[in-house]
Amino acid sequence: MNRVVITGMGIWSCLGQTLDDVRDALYQGKSGIIFSQERKDAGFRSALCADVPAVEIKKLLARNVRQFMPEEAQYAYVATLQALENAKIDQDFLDAHEVGIIYGNDSVAESTMIALDKFREFKDTAACGSGAIFQSMNSTVTMNLACLFKLRGINLTSSAACASSSLAIGNAYLLIKEGLQDCVICGGAQEANMYCVASFDGIQAFSTREDEPTKACRPFDRDRDGLVPGGGAATLILESYEHAVKRGAPIIAEIVGWGFSGNGDHISTPNVAGPARSLELALKNGGIDPRMIGYVNAHATSTHAGDGREAMAIAQCFGDYQVPVTSTKSQTGHEMWMAGASECIYSVLMMKNGFIAGSLNFENPDEETACVNVIPQTIETGFDMFLSNSFGFGGTNSTLIVKDFKG
Amino acid sequence: MTREEIIEKTIETLTDEFDVNEEEIVEDAPIYQTLHLDSLSLVDLVAVVQYTFKVKIPAEDLPNVKTFGNLYDYIESHMA
Repeated sequence: MNRVVITGMGIWSCLGQTLDDVRDALYQGKSGIIFSQERKDAGFRSALCADVPAVEIKKLLARNVRQFMPEEAQYAYVATLQALENAKIDQDFLDAHEVGIIYGNDSVAESTMIALDKFREFKDTAACGSGAIFQSMNSTVTMNLACLFKLRGINLTSSAACASSSLAIGNAYLLIKEGLQDCVICGGAQEANMYCVASFDGIQAFSTREDEPTKACRPFDRDRDGLVPGGGAATLILESYEHAVKRGAPIIAEIVGWGFSGNGDHISTPNVAGPARSLELALKNGGIDPRMIGYVNAHATSTHAGDGREAMAIAQCFGDYQVPVTSTKSQTGHEMWMAGASECIYSVLMMKNGFIAGSLNFENPDEETACVNVIPQTIETGFDMFLSNSFGFGGTNSTLIVKDFKG
Repeated sequence: MTREEIIEKTIETLTDEFDVNEEEIVEDAPIYQTLHLDSLSLVDLVAVVQYTFKVKIPAEDLPNVKTFGNLYDYIESHMA
């Protein structure tokens, strides 16, 4: 069995578009949440969202490749450029080695809507344009990036709601551990336009604290009233330890455990048993005692049911050990298909820089969330192993455990 | 719409859509080479003309549209 290490990271987030900026924003407790008048005017019940800058893609890519890329693929492209540079992998290396890609993505709403609106208006399929078919498939990110970077290894999209990118990392970890791939680009992308979350707003899942955008997302807090949608992309480069050492790669951290589970229950309401089994499996597969975990990056999205059930699952697995817990969604909103990968990066940045970013707006627990040790403000503390949860609609759960690599 | 207005609108639309300079779009210039069209992006030329001028160029007419001058003629003669 191979050891699996992280050798590169890249991100395009509402907290910043470089690792240094994101690290500083995490430390300083900045919020990326804003009120969007455009969404309010369009008919949203909650017009809160993360402020994700557009990619100036015309400056980066020619039309003949750009035309196949929706917003989420553009985010993923710039995050991956960063991650490859961070890992000291250039195009010559990609040309000479079999590198794969597994990326989380679970919607292509805007591009699909635009193409079909044109089809309906003109009653002509050609009106959709040539890029529409490639932009309106869930695998758009992996199909675009695999062609742009000329990747010849596994080429797979992970679509599992809000656990998509955690499961992408988990599957890449498994392939490398088993020796089936040496190096895999993995991560997650989330379109940030309003169309992709209009129906989500329609089921009243979002916070309506519109007069205080930065206080709207409040995971584990007694007065939480729903999530805030976010977006962007996050990329990690995973490779076997031997492969990384052989090419002199900068090793950042090591993935030491992965667990997953299904709730087999309600489509949107989570339970305790499913998430708990995901945590237990990650600990068991890694041979890790819970007391070795110095920090838990919770899935907690700021919904009543979700945060409460997750708190109970964490408490069940950690027993009387009060592991520090936060949710970085308090700063970023819910990055959904991107969240597993971005939160892995946020947690690595904290681990490498000796702090835990406080869970914004956590003021009072309720009777369900009082069982976990939520850190409300940034603390400077060293830890060398963390656990990151991602749970999704349909009851799909994924838990990653990552250990620091000090060389 | 006059022919001059068609030309002006065509140039404005195609420079934005296909990343080409305004000076490259002249009456005698070959469309395929100038816009770097392949079998996929040819669909986009048809779509752009359809959105902009509400003129549909059927596949059987495309071989006759070789230059920008041909395109202006086609749009002018098929506009409602």
